[in-house]
Amino acid sequence: MREITVVEALNEALREEMRRDENVILLGEDIGRYWQGAFKVTRGLEEEFGPERVRDTPISENAIIGCAVGAAMTGLRPVAEIMFGDLVALAMDQICNQAAKLRYMSGGQVKVPIVLRTPFGAGGSYASHHSQSLEAWFVHVPGLKVVQPSNAYDAKGLLKSAIRDDNPVVFCEHKFVYGLKGIIPEEDYAVPLGKARVMRKGTDLTIIATSLMVTRALNAASELEDEGIFCEVIDPRTLRPLDEETLCNSAKKTGKVLIVHEACDTGGVSGEITKALVRGAFYHLDTLKILAGKDAPIPFAPVMEKWVAPDEERIKKTVKEIVA
Amino acid sequence: MEDIEMYKKMLEIRRFEEKVYDLFTQNLIPGTMHLYIGEEAVAVGVCAALDINDFITSTHRGHGHCIAKGASLKKMMAELFGKRTGYCKGKGGSMHITDKSINMLGANAVVGGAIPIAVGAGLSCKLKYPERVAACFFGDGASNQGTFHEGVNMAAVWDLPVIFVCENNLYAMGTRQSIAMKVHNISERAAGYGVPGVTVDGNDVMEVYGAAKEAVLRARRGEGPTLIECKTYRHKGHSRFDPAKYRPEPEVEEWMAKDPLILFKVKLLDKGVPEEFFQKVEGDVKREIEEAVEFAQNSPLPAPEEALDDVWVVQ
Repeated sequence: MREITVVEALNEALREEMRRDENVILLGEDIGRYWQGAFKVTRGLEEEFGPERVRDTPISENAIIGCAVGAAMTGLRPVAEIMFGDLVALAMDQICNQAAKLRYMSGGQVKVPIVLRTPFGAGGSYASHHSQSLEAWFVHVPGLKVVQPSNAYDAKGLLKSAIRDDNPVVFCEHKFVYGLKGIIPEEDYAVPLGKARVMRKGTDLTIIATSLMVTRALNAASELEDEGIFCEVIDPRTLRPLDEETLCNSAKKTGKVLIVHEACDTGGVSGEITKALVRGAFYHLDTLKILAGKDAPIPFAPVMEKWVAPDEERIKKTVKEIVA
Repeated sequence: MEDIEMYKKMLEIRRFEEKVYDLFTQNLIPGTMHLYIGEEAVAVGVCAALDINDFITSTHRGHGHCIAKGASLKKMMAELFGKRTGYCKGKGGSMHITDKSINMLGANAVVGGAIPIAVGAGLSCKLKYPERVAACFFGDGASNQGTFHEGVNMAAVWDLPVIFVCENNLYAMGTRQSIAMKVHNISERAAGYGVPGVTVDGNDVMEVYGAAKEAVLRARRGEGPTLIECKTYRHKGHSRFDPAKYRPEPEVEEWMAKDPLILFKVKLLDKGVPEEFFQKVEGDVKREIEEAVEFAQNSPLPAPEEALDDVWVVQ
């Protein structure tokens, strides 16, 4: 067992999968030896695997994904990095019209095993073009799987599963999850896509939180325990397919649910999670609340940026309102 | 491919498209269609320079590319009818015909959408199949898309074995080329990416073949991509019932007089190919197309719930 950061865990996943399967290649802007990735996830990989398999690309997001799609259709397993989540907008045709639909439109003749990795999320005063949480865009597209790890163990195991999956996977990495440390086993392991994880057991209320909000929910739950409130915290880990069963089982047990995500309130995945709970646990639900980001682009000034995303205090306050 | 085989392929495309138009006007084929009539020399000239292992990507006007690469007329026609036996089991239709078995990676209904996909196929060639190349068909309109700029540039900097084939039929839907770009020859754009660009008569199949052969050899030698602009003309409108009134009469007449099939037939006759060959091939093609229509008409429709198949790879 070792303690490493999420960035190191992701790096290990890429390295081990590239060693395991020579068809795994990396594409992205400044991912090679000179910059090693904007957040250093690809550190040392060009040195080990060479410039043919770790390719610094021109600043051409749509062609990065399109090239990955064409390469995947013809036998490679590309992992493409879009340097900031907001910039996926430049590649939406290739993600949503091509990667997601080509298998379907060809009657199942082709498969498109690509992973689109992208750092997202607020917290660094990067302002509105480098901070948004856009995972819900992709959840809406049939044919795409969507993953959002919250910790080092899951980040490594989920990325390995994403690379081994024959479907296109959008892999959303929060910039302020990158530095979180976690315990990783020495041996090879993978975390299956489509399985939620109960991060903390509890009886009074279920918090379903994603990505960075998992850490905040766990911190809040820990403090609430001192006040005699026992929260169960669940990380869906994969947003599509969503593990409705695990979410509903917890909701049935506690009867009270709080959904927390950083993405802005309107059109966020909280709506999908709510749908799953209504479908699978309606008669057990006493209360259901959503604590999401404010409905605004992510602002620059730290005081405003901090305010738009849910934090521990707001989570604790909302939990107390529910259980009161 | 021998020149008489090339003629037959061109004739297959022409007669297939005429039949499709006929069936469409009888409401037997749903949706829309973009006929390749008039542009046959481009698909056949390029595909004649390729092997079966080479990849191609295609466009919304893709029937000609499929036939030239060797696709089954039966499975194509069945797809146009929306039948289960079609290439895409009825889920793709005219604009998405794909045949993985001949490395035809699919028609694509986003203008310019397949350009970076062909670049990716070129990357696979470079890393996995060094003897193969990828050819990418697209129109004059697509050369104004960002994917063209991004894709050609990426293939150029990586020396990928990609042949970019611009079918310049002078109109992007109803928009004349001069309204949408300053350059007269789209091949001039190649200079901006540091790759060779050449303009050829897209109605002369042997001229297209010659340029394609050179580009393919260059690509196989590892010297990177080439942009080939084939000037051509569609005999029909952009789609469906478009009467193409935006094109001046003298221009239409000038291009109709340069019908690629007639031009090629004259050349073959000059070369000594007997008239009987043309009669025989006409009969053969007619029969093949009749068989394709029969196959399509006799094929079962998909069940409605088959709409949920092939969304995911189930592992």
